[in-house]
Amino acid sequence: MSAVLRLENITKRFGSLVANDSVSLSLARGEVLALLGENGAGKTTLMNILFGHYVADEGHVEVEGEALPPGAPHAAIAAGIGMVHQHFTLADNLTVLDNVVLGTESLWRPWQSRAAARSRLDAMSSEYGLTVDPDARVGDLSVGERQRVEILKALYRDARILIMDEPTAVLTPQETEGLFDTLRRLVERGLSIIFISHKLNEILAICDRVMVLRRGKIVHEMPTEGADRHILAEAMVGHAVTRPKADPMAPGDAVLSIRDVSLRSATGGVGLNAVNLQVRAHEVLGIAGVSGNGQVQLAELISGLSRPDEGSLTLFGETLTHPTPAKVVKLGVGRIPEDRHAEGVIGEMSIWENMISEDLRASPISRHGLIDHSAAKARTEAQIERFDVRCPGPDAETRLLSGGNMQKLILARALSREPGLVLANQPARGLDEGAIAYVHGQLLAARERGAGVLLITEDLEELLALSDRVAVIYHGRVSATMDAKTVSPRELGLMMAGHNPQTGPQGPDNAGAAA
Amino acid sequence: MRLELRESPPIWLAGMAPILAVGAALVLCAGLIAWTGESVLEAYALLVKGAVGSRFALAETLTRATPLILTGLAAAVAFRAKLWNIGGEGQLYMGALAATWLGTGALDLPAFLLIPVLLIAGALAGGAVLVVPALIKNKLRVDEVVTTLLLNFIILLFVNYLLEGPLKDPMSLGWPQAAPIIDEGLLPKILEKSRLHLGLIIALLAALAIWLVMRFTVWGFEIKAVGLNARGAAFSGINVNGTIIRTALISGGLAGIAGVGEVIGLKGYLTLDLSPGFGYTGIAVAMLAQLHPIGVVVSAFFLAGIYVGADSMGRAVNIPTYLADVLVASSVLCVLVSVMLVRFRIRRG
Repeated sequence: MSAVLRLENITKRFGSLVANDSVSLSLARGEVLALLGENGAGKTTLMNILFGHYVADEGHVEVEGEALPPGAPHAAIAAGIGMVHQHFTLADNLTVLDNVVLGTESLWRPWQSRAAARSRLDAMSSEYGLTVDPDARVGDLSVGERQRVEILKALYRDARILIMDEPTAVLTPQETEGLFDTLRRLVERGLSIIFISHKLNEILAICDRVMVLRRGKIVHEMPTEGADRHILAEAMVGHAVTRPKADPMAPGDAVLSIRDVSLRSATGGVGLNAVNLQVRAHEVLGIAGVSGNGQVQLAELISGLSRPDEGSLTLFGETLTHPTPAKVVKLGVGRIPEDRHAEGVIGEMSIWENMISEDLRASPISRHGLIDHSAAKARTEAQIERFDVRCPGPDAETRLLSGGNMQKLILARALSREPGLVLANQPARGLDEGAIAYVHGQLLAARERGAGVLLITEDLEELLALSDRVAVIYHGRVSATMDAKTVSPRELGLMMAGHNPQTGPQGPDNAGAAA
Repeated sequence: MRLELRESPPIWLAGMAPILAVGAALVLCAGLIAWTGESVLEAYALLVKGAVGSRFALAETLTRATPLILTGLAAAVAFRAKLWNIGGEGQLYMGALAATWLGTGALDLPAFLLIPVLLIAGALAGGAVLVVPALIKNKLRVDEVVTTLLLNFIILLFVNYLLEGPLKDPMSLGWPQAAPIIDEGLLPKILEKSRLHLGLIIALLAALAIWLVMRFTVWGFEIKAVGLNARGAAFSGINVNGTIIRTALISGGLAGIAGVGEVIGLKGYLTLDLSPGFGYTGIAVAMLAQLHPIGVVVSAFFLAGIYVGADSMGRAVNIPTYLADVLVASSVLCVLVSVMLVRFRIRRG
């Protein structure tokens, strides 16, 4: 097989950090190559070099035997490289056709050849099985459909090499299957694909060959035939890691009750619609769902950031009519927000300032409006020790922490007060295996201690490993809860796409009430 | 060329940046001076001499720096919370108006009571005018840059009306000026045979107080947190809207005190040319100081020196005093560029 793409000895340094250390890679025509590695292993840097966003310090890139000029994205596109980003780069207010054509036509020509573009798009759609209405507004499409538009965009630019960055992160299991069908069809037509992921079973399902990156180096390369999860996981992490699992436990009293809560979204998207749920002490209730189905609103409600329009929110027996973050924290809710950087910490403030930010107005951190720096730093040092936050010290800027250590800081702040309810919203997102195991261990320890845990996640593996009961959130409605031991990922996947396994598509009136 | 974030900017570079930036501004303006045909070195020598070269020059510079410290602090505190208060000029006049209203005979108190009352009244008046845009920002998300800026013109026209009408001093021979402040309301001079008054000490104490508030209090913490990441601050339980209102009171209050100081310390009565744009220059002061309260004192002296020195230079050689404005503006621009260069490094390719 001839290589369509060859990367030779790529090295890229950022200051003292070596993001890519003499990485070589070749991709054959019609091959699906998996690039596996933890966050920070250097996958994204490598792809950014390939795509011309970064310039490598050493090494070069060849496409079909010709050297690619460094630092020139337009040259990469012209050479037939297409990238489908994890976070879509589409204009929501334009139609599918507009998005696909955008940027391909000369600015100096006063008219567009839309008819020609449309027929080409139609032909591509049917050839590759990527059905999507060319006149639909992208903002109205589902996540799976948007991804199809991204792929069409790359194909429209005559991509022969497709880079897919964590393409399944936002898809339901069924949508993932659909994507894999598409990818197989693309490969049959002679395209080559680089598939970036850290989901092992998907790599085993779709890829021909896998390369494992760790700390900027290729540490492992093998055909997926004959490989198994354990070999790959160990190659990726460098040592064996086992995620903790929940032991059965008898639940206690309700710590959180949400009754018939409806809530309009501040941004005009999906709100909450007559949601009922209950979390008891000593149990983890897992909420599955594709992102954008009301998880943000549910988390905001329990975090004290929004107020129900209808229905009631009861914490530890106290019904809150005007919840605020401060009140909720005081009642004993430990909150782990979805977005660490935007919500969890204030990156430009020091570690100690972030560690005490929820206790700012409480003794002994402050008295009469004056902050006791020594008390604050003493507490921070104790938490850093207890939660193993790797950092230069309490005065270091928080934004410089790695994702895992930042999450440990947030865990320390939320869990050290021994909350009766833990709200964990995507707690493992973007973390490496070691940190995930740590976060899961801490959540289960809180459950053991007597806390109820509400776990909101898109990762079904995480959901089923930790939860006692699970429910699915779809279009602002929360399904009836199910026993986590008996429910199957397939069943959950169907519900995440809006189907009710018993009665077919979920209508407005048959969303279940909580147990 | 691209910018790359430095992991840990060297401390010496952060300290040197403003000085290098001011040097760069001086070099830039040297071109303009050369254009007028005058000697660059002579012009700068005259400028320095005019700013700090004599007891009189120094006293004038300190007098000019007094309101700039206060308006600079007003901008620095507000900008820390990302409350973009461009209305320092209007708040200054509101403070001056409050001092005029209470200090021209309405209150008959001994000096040790009347002066504090006038300062507090001015602070409240200045704070009150900034609270209105802050409330509108909180409730309706209306951009405070627009509202505070436009309020300046409204307030100036209002003062104009009062000086032509109800507040006009009958003894002023037709000039639009208010009645003089009574003797008990005047700030004592602190340097003989100069215009330097107690307002300087008040301004320095204000800078110290703001530094302490920002560093050691819950309020200061909340102001910083809201400015750096309002969503994160709200999540951790800080009342963001309340913090914005408090910040508005402090910021507007400081600008109001600047106005009181000019009326009861320097001029003795309110006129429409009380401030040659101290409210706006305060923004430059704050930017130059990178919003640090003690830095504000230094940069206020620096800018006051440029203005006073340029006046004196303009009388000696044939260079327009507008050069001062150009120098100040290019200094601010150079400092902003240098701050960026401290955080990022330029890389080729």
